[in-house]
Amino acid sequence: MEIFKQTNFDFLGKKWPFIIASLVLTAAGLGSLAMKGGPRYGIDFKGGTVTVVRFQKAVTEDQVRNSLSGKVPGEIVVQRDTTTSDLLISTELRDERELNAAREIVLSSLKATFGGGDVAKLDLSSAGQGAVADRLRSQMGASMNEDQIQETAKAIVTFRDTQKGGLLGTIDALNGVNGVSAQAVEALKKEAYVAPYQVRGFDLVGPKVGQELRSQAMTATLLALAGMLVYIAFRFEFIYGLAAVIAVFHDTIITIGLFSIVDKEISLTVIAALLTLVGFSMNDTIVVFDRIRENLPAMRKEKFDTIVNASINQTLSRTILTSGLTFLTAVALWLFGGPVLNGFSFALVVGIIVGTYSSIFIASPILIWWRDWMEKRKPNTPAGAAPAVATAKTKR
Amino acid sequence: MTSTIRNKAIFILAVVLICIYGIIGLPKSKDELVKNWNENIKLGLDLKGGSQLVLEVQVQDAFKAEADQTIERLKAALQKELIAYVAMDRNDPNKIEDAEKIEITIKGVASDKTSALRDVISAQFAAWNLNAAGSGDYRLTYKPTEAQAMRRDTVERSIRTIETRINGLGLTEATVQQRGGAQDESSILVQMPGVDDPDRVKDLLRTAAMLEITSVSGGPFATREAGLTQNGGVLPLGTRLVKERVTPGQPGEQWWLLGRNAVVTGRDLRSARPAQDEFGKWEVAFNLSQDAAKRFGRFTESNINNKLAVVLDNQIFSVATIQNKIEDSGRITNIGDQTRASDLSLTLTSGSLPAGIVYGEERTVGPSLGADSIRDGLLAGVIGVGAVVFVMLVYYKRSGVNAVLALVLNAIILLAALSYFGAVLTLPGIAGFILTIGMAVDSNVLIFERVREELRHGKGVIAAIDAGFSKAFLTIIDTHVTTVVSCAFLFAFGTTAVKGFAITLVIGLIANVFTAVFVSRFIYQWEMEGKQVETLSI
Repeated sequence: MEIFKQTNFDFLGKKWPFIIASLVLTAAGLGSLAMKGGPRYGIDFKGGTVTVVRFQKAVTEDQVRNSLSGKVPGEIVVQRDTTTSDLLISTELRDERELNAAREIVLSSLKATFGGGDVAKLDLSSAGQGAVADRLRSQMGASMNEDQIQETAKAIVTFRDTQKGGLLGTIDALNGVNGVSAQAVEALKKEAYVAPYQVRGFDLVGPKVGQELRSQAMTATLLALAGMLVYIAFRFEFIYGLAAVIAVFHDTIITIGLFSIVDKEISLTVIAALLTLVGFSMNDTIVVFDRIRENLPAMRKEKFDTIVNASINQTLSRTILTSGLTFLTAVALWLFGGPVLNGFSFALVVGIIVGTYSSIFIASPILIWWRDWMEKRKPNTPAGAAPAVATAKTKR
Repeated sequence: MTSTIRNKAIFILAVVLICIYGIIGLPKSKDELVKNWNENIKLGLDLKGGSQLVLEVQVQDAFKAEADQTIERLKAALQKELIAYVAMDRNDPNKIEDAEKIEITIKGVASDKTSALRDVISAQFAAWNLNAAGSGDYRLTYKPTEAQAMRRDTVERSIRTIETRINGLGLTEATVQQRGGAQDESSILVQMPGVDDPDRVKDLLRTAAMLEITSVSGGPFATREAGLTQNGGVLPLGTRLVKERVTPGQPGEQWWLLGRNAVVTGRDLRSARPAQDEFGKWEVAFNLSQDAAKRFGRFTESNINNKLAVVLDNQIFSVATIQNKIEDSGRITNIGDQTRASDLSLTLTSGSLPAGIVYGEERTVGPSLGADSIRDGLLAGVIGVGAVVFVMLVYYKRSGVNAVLALVLNAIILLAALSYFGAVLTLPGIAGFILTIGMAVDSNVLIFERVREELRHGKGVIAAIDAGFSKAFLTIIDTHVTTVVSCAFLFAFGTTAVKGFAITLVIGLIANVFTAVFVSRFIYQWEMEGKQVETLSI
């Protein structure tokens, strides 16, 4: 099976609509960034806390927000994750010393508003194995040995987290679970209650660490780009390296801009995705450049833009197939990968599209413009006016 | 079979076997296979659940404590040498990075005592530099080499204390280490796989556990101000006002006037353990070392019917009246439940932290969330890879099998490398894995498209394969090296997450050059060896 046999599209003749589209996208993205005062950083980069909570019954974002308002300084954002319907409660904090307090406030006001259990009892929804074992021990210490207690506690926690998605509902749900005796269930009823929610995850980043993470991610990325530029310049010519890096930069800017437009957060995993798409886009560009390099000696009599266009056409079936397949993987990840990978795969989906056309419509035209500019300079330069350039040219 | 092909076959087989051994070992049963897999392929905390903390050691606390001690010793030394001064105090650096700016000022030293002061400092306080700060005033600054040692020592001692406390909780899988490579790095990384209720651990770690038993010279007062007014607005020499811990059922705030110097401190403890009193209330019982027991005996003997206070981290836990001479044991009451009692015993016996701790970062992933991530990631991975395999087989038919085999081998090598290096698989690592798969597919596509081109130009099958592989090889090298170069920078300068991404990607890329170029080509050679091949299914 073959889709493209030997194509001869005039890509470079049709470059303007694409370049204009690129400029529009870039401008829109930058405009959105400017209006919103920079990218929307997740707590990884600005500091703050995020608590992931799953509720048994329907609880609205507003209910949670109201239960917290006035108790924590700064803005409180409550979002619902569309795939899992978990609620994400974010608080912002500027001072390291407040951070742990914020955690306690969030947890205790959740307990007060939605918990509805006896304070002295253990909340079986969020308790770990150790805490469950402690409570079992105080009731059943006489009839069970330590190993049995630990085994039972483990069975309970595992059942809750793997079978019930974190929420038991009632203690009676434990009846008949493998490894949990009826006596143990009765004992737990005296010691524990089941809150109608589970705290599934918690992230806390101090503002200082956030600042560090941000600058570190930035330096690493910029240095990586510089490294690639140097390598390509060494293997090809300087302008190839520059063109490739500009194309990759273009992809990154558009992706970050799009994140700002659809109001998605830039987190550490999104940075990983940006790095991935830098890799993809760079890969794409190098394949085209490599073909140009290979075609140059054989097609010496042709004009440079004809050579570039031919190279793009010769690599077209590879470009479509590779990009298509990786796009497929990214879409699978986006649709099925779960909430944690959502931002990551969104960046990939966008990045693969932009990265594929940037090699053709951004990186390649830059090469041609550079060539044209160099050519034009040659006849226009009066003899003797720029001897340095002239001698350099004749040498070549 | 020619010897080259045989050698290549043996080499590839050996690589495959070594990799499979690295992943699953030599299992004798299905259970053992699962067990070995779980042992070799370690999942990061973000995937399997657990808690990760970054603790910032407030190094300046240790510097301030050192300065306070120095001031006490210096006052004594100056008195002995008959050097008079008007005032002596230290500054109050509040940030970690300002710790080295600690300084002690001595004001109003008579000019004829200057050289005597210099002698005292250089003889007894060698860690400090003495600088003149105008008429009769002097400034002591901490020597840079000493400061560096102090910083390092503070962080090391904090790490040891935290390790002891965590081990005491029975968290055997937990690791405690200095974060980053820099020597002056003052933050500590604590990773606790499987811990999903880190609250207790955090309380335990943060408690500085500075235990003091001191004399009580007055109180209780309802507020700090009340305490001050009752003493004429100025605290008597060598005393301080401390708040009592508020417990349920207590009338409200209570402040006591305590002696500044403790009779007994946490360092004097020989042991501490949770216990219950006659009413079943939990408390911590402790024993004192010999030295301290003598001191405590003398103190209690001469203070019968006076009060003493048990102070923990600048908070009074209990105030009691001394009934009779106490020597080597005592108890801390007013604690709460059993968990608190055993946690407190643990913190007391592990020693006190040399400086305060502030949480810089916490990542807690509950086991149910981690399980979700793995399940979703696997599902997406299976669908994505399935689609890739399907398209490759449809598009390249028989040659597609080569590509799929190369992909599978690539994944095996990557997993084995993770296992051999003891690296953990994290979410960013999975990102690197995806890029690897993408580039592996790309290498195969590049090669096959090249072979097709050569076939179109009328080359024979074997010549086309040779040309296709060797021409595509150049491109593959350039794309791969470029990415490896960028990974080197990401690894050198990136955050932990970015590092995980970079290392997975580099391993995957190296494996890919091997599988897509060497192995895939070998399969063609092996198949076509000694045959007249006229058509190629590609």
